[in-house]
Amino acid sequence: MIEFFFWRDCPSYERALALLRAAMSECGVDESELRVSEVVSDEDAQRMMFPGSPTIRVDGADVQDPGDQPVGLTCRLYRKRDGRHSPLPDEADIRDALTRAYGG
Amino acid sequence: MIGESASKRPNGLRPGAKAPPFALPGVDGEIHSLPAPGDAAATVIVFTCNHCPYALAWHDRVATAARDYADRNVRFFAINANDATRYPADSFEAMRERAAGDSWPMPYLHDADQRVARAYDAQTTPDLYVFDRDLNLVYSGAPDADFDDLSQNAAWLRDALDATLAGAAPDRPETGPVGCSIKWRE
Repeated sequence: MIEFFFWRDCPSYERALALLRAAMSECGVDESELRVSEVVSDEDAQRMMFPGSPTIRVDGADVQDPGDQPVGLTCRLYRKRDGRHSPLPDEADIRDALTRAYGG
Repeated sequence: MIGESASKRPNGLRPGAKAPPFALPGVDGEIHSLPAPGDAAATVIVFTCNHCPYALAWHDRVATAARDYADRNVRFFAINANDATRYPADSFEAMRERAAGDSWPMPYLHDADQRVARAYDAQTTPDLYVFDRDLNLVYSGAPDADFDDLSQNAAWLRDALDATLAGAAPDRPETGPVGCSIKWRE
């Protein structure tokens, strides 16, 4: 199962969801595998161990280790594979996570 | 791509508005203020912070612009107004540590009581304001059209500066600020 968690105040979530769907299509993963969940409160964030928006988990594993990023309603900081900071995960990290879970 | 939008600051500074004055402590231990009218060819205020991925994604492009325009008498100021109680990564000490480990071509200032951010109606990190020689607002909004595309090279900021330095009004006086919301004190 693929879980996409987002907080509406971070504007990158729609683009991240589009990246995820493109990667799923590329890897032959059916849309029915995707669950999209909005995180709306700090209580939700704590319960879901949400390290910021957007967060993508494939079979429970984050596509990028959140490290020591605090849990809470915030925008998530990612590192691209070229070292850049970004509000978006690297597409290659998404594809690798899908391939690990679904083959390909 | 991030599109331009209608005014995102219905209660904020409009093109032509005067720069609200400030006197804020910088990580260098000095108090920094706006230049006097006429002292700088242009002035750029960027509300930013330590923790927001949008601010970090755009930081190098804004810093490069600050270096590129320094010899044209353009002054840049970075201001962090986030509530450090809720976001410790934005404390003054954390700002000092970050600036010490990097090469900042502009003063990095702490707006602890958030009065300056409120006076500018800053909404996000980053949120940019460009003022002309007389400290009239000529551009506000995002540095460029895409936080994730280095080739954008802070084009909207540079367009505004180039127009202002040429004595003209920028074609694009306002874009919607994009980033993390300013973390106001509760």
